[in-house]
Amino acid sequence: MNNIFIIAAREFKGYFLSPIAYVYLIAFLVVVNWVFFHGFFLIGQADLRPLFTIMPLVFLFFAPAVAMGRWAEERKTGTLELLFTLPVKDWQVVAAKFLAGLVLIAIAVLMALPAVITADLVGNLDWGPVVGGMAGTVLLGGAYLSISLMFSAFTENQIIAFILGIVGCFAMLVIGTPLVAGGSGGAWASFATYAGLGTHFQSIARGVIDTRDIVYYLSVIGFFLYLNLVAVRGKTK
Amino acid sequence: MIQVEHLHKSFGSVRAVAGVSFDVAKGEVVGLLGPNGAGKTTTMRIITGYLRADDGAVTVNGAAVGNGEKDVREFIGYLPEHAPLYTDLEVVEFLHYIARLRSVAKSEIKTRIHEMIDTCGLGNVVGRPVGKLSKGYRQRVGLAAAMIHHPPILVLDEPTSGLDPNQISEIRNLIREIGRERTVVLSTHILQEVEATCSRALIISSGSLVGHGTLDELAHHAQGDAIYTAVVRAGKGELQSALSSLGGLEMRNTFEEGDRTKLVLQGTDGHDRSEDIFNWVVANKWTLAELKRETASLEDVFKELTKENADARCRMQDAGKGTEGSL
Repeated sequence: MNNIFIIAAREFKGYFLSPIAYVYLIAFLVVVNWVFFHGFFLIGQADLRPLFTIMPLVFLFFAPAVAMGRWAEERKTGTLELLFTLPVKDWQVVAAKFLAGLVLIAIAVLMALPAVITADLVGNLDWGPVVGGMAGTVLLGGAYLSISLMFSAFTENQIIAFILGIVGCFAMLVIGTPLVAGGSGGAWASFATYAGLGTHFQSIARGVIDTRDIVYYLSVIGFFLYLNLVAVRGKTK
Repeated sequence: MIQVEHLHKSFGSVRAVAGVSFDVAKGEVVGLLGPNGAGKTTTMRIITGYLRADDGAVTVNGAAVGNGEKDVREFIGYLPEHAPLYTDLEVVEFLHYIARLRSVAKSEIKTRIHEMIDTCGLGNVVGRPVGKLSKGYRQRVGLAAAMIHHPPILVLDEPTSGLDPNQISEIRNLIREIGRERTVVLSTHILQEVEATCSRALIISSGSLVGHGTLDELAHHAQGDAIYTAVVRAGKGELQSALSSLGGLEMRNTFEEGDRTKLVLQGTDGHDRSEDIFNWVVANKWTLAELKRETASLEDVFKELTKENADARCRMQDAGKGTEGSL
C-alpha cells in the first residue's frame, strides 16, 4: 500500500519538474476564469452554475493532457521495464498514477477559488453547494482521468493518447445526451442516459450531491482503471 | 540459484525463446552469449518477471517466478538494456526512489546511497539530473539502482553496450568485483566480454541454447577442428596420393609455391596430430619447412554454433511457409 504513495509522490513531483504542470494549470485557469467572468457581471448574480458548466468541458482537454504521457513516456523510455521488475504490484502502479493525476486536477479545481471568492465578495454566495460542486467536479475530472490514462496505456505516442483521451471522454460525456441516447423509454435510452458523464453532473452543477451520482463516478473510475490494468498487463506480458 | 526449464516464448509468430534450459549456481558469473535477436533479452525479461513465459518454469532462490510474484523480484537486481532511468530526477533522488520501492529501511537508505556512489564511481555526478549524464554514467547509475538493495542475484542486459573502451573496461572491472560476492547473469554479443568477466558461457542463437560450458570447455570442444598448415618440399600430386596413410586428418586445401606445397589439413578426432604429420613427412622422405597448428577460438566456436542454428531455423521457416499463413 505504501508503494502507491511512494510512486504517486514521485509521479506528482514529476509533473512539477518540467513545465508541464505549470502550463496546464495556467492554461486551465485562464480559460476557466475568462469564460466565467465573461458573462458574470452582465448577469449580475452570484451564481456559480456557469463555472460548473464550463469546467467539465475544459476538463475534456485538461484530463487527457495530464494523462497522455503517464504510460506512453514510460513505455518509450523503457522505464516501464524498470518499474515492473521492482517488487511492486502492477495495480499499485496504476492506482499511483491515477492518484497523482487526481491531485493535480484537485489543485486545478481549488485554483478556481479566486473566482468563487470574487462571486462571494460581490454577492451572497451559498457555500454549501459550492463545496459540493467542487468536490463533484474533482470526481468528474477523476472519471476523465481514468479514461485518458487507459488510452495512454495503449500507445507509446503521447499525441495519439491525447486525442484518444479526448475522443473517449467526449464519447462518455455525450452518450447520455438525448441525441445519442434517443427518446424516452427503451433499454438503450435508459442505459445510455445513465452511462453519460454529463447526466450525473447536472445535479452537481446545481449544487446537489446525490450519493447515486457519487457511486456512478466511482464505478466509472474503477471500471477504467481496471481496463488500464489490463492494458498494461497485456502490453508487458 | 537460478533454474530455467524448457522456456518458451513467442511474440505472434516469432519464436523468441524455444525451449531454453540452464542452471546458474550461486556465486557464478555467467554470460549469455548470442547474436542480436537470439533471445537473450527475452530470457532475462522472463527471469526478472517483466514478461511471462508461454511455457516452462523459472525458479530463483527456490521460489517460482510468475505473474505478481513479488518475492522473487526482491532477490534480483536488474539492469535492462540501454539502462532506462527516470531522467528528470537527480542521481541521488533516483537512487532514493528505487531504494524506497525496494523496501530498503529508511534509516539505511542514506548509507546505501553513499555506498553505491562509491562502488559505482558516481561521486562526480551526484547532483546532476540523470537525463544530463553521459551513457557511461547512466549505465553506472542503473547498476547502482540494481544493487542498492543488496540482491544476491544481478541480471545485466548488455551492460557495456554503447560505451567507449574506457567505460567498457571500468564497467567490466566493476562486474568482476561484484561477481566476487554475488551471482551475476549478463548478456552480450561481444566475446571478449565473456572472456573478461565470466566463468561460464551459455551460447544462445535463434531462441535455443546451442552451447554451454566453461570457456575452457568451449574452446576444447572446438579442438577437434584444429587446423594444421604444413609447408612441405614435395609436389602436390605426391602429397595427395600419400595422404591416405595419414589418419585423423582431412585435407582442406593445397597451394603450390615453387617447389614446395602448402598443405592445409583439418583434425577430425580431437587429437593433436602435429607429430603424426611430422612423422609422415619424414617417412616419405620429404622436408618439412613449416608446421603450424591453430585451434578454434571462442569466436570460431560462436560463429560455428550460431550459424548452424540460424541456417537450420531458416530451413525450417522456409519449409513451414507453405503451410502457415502469411505473417
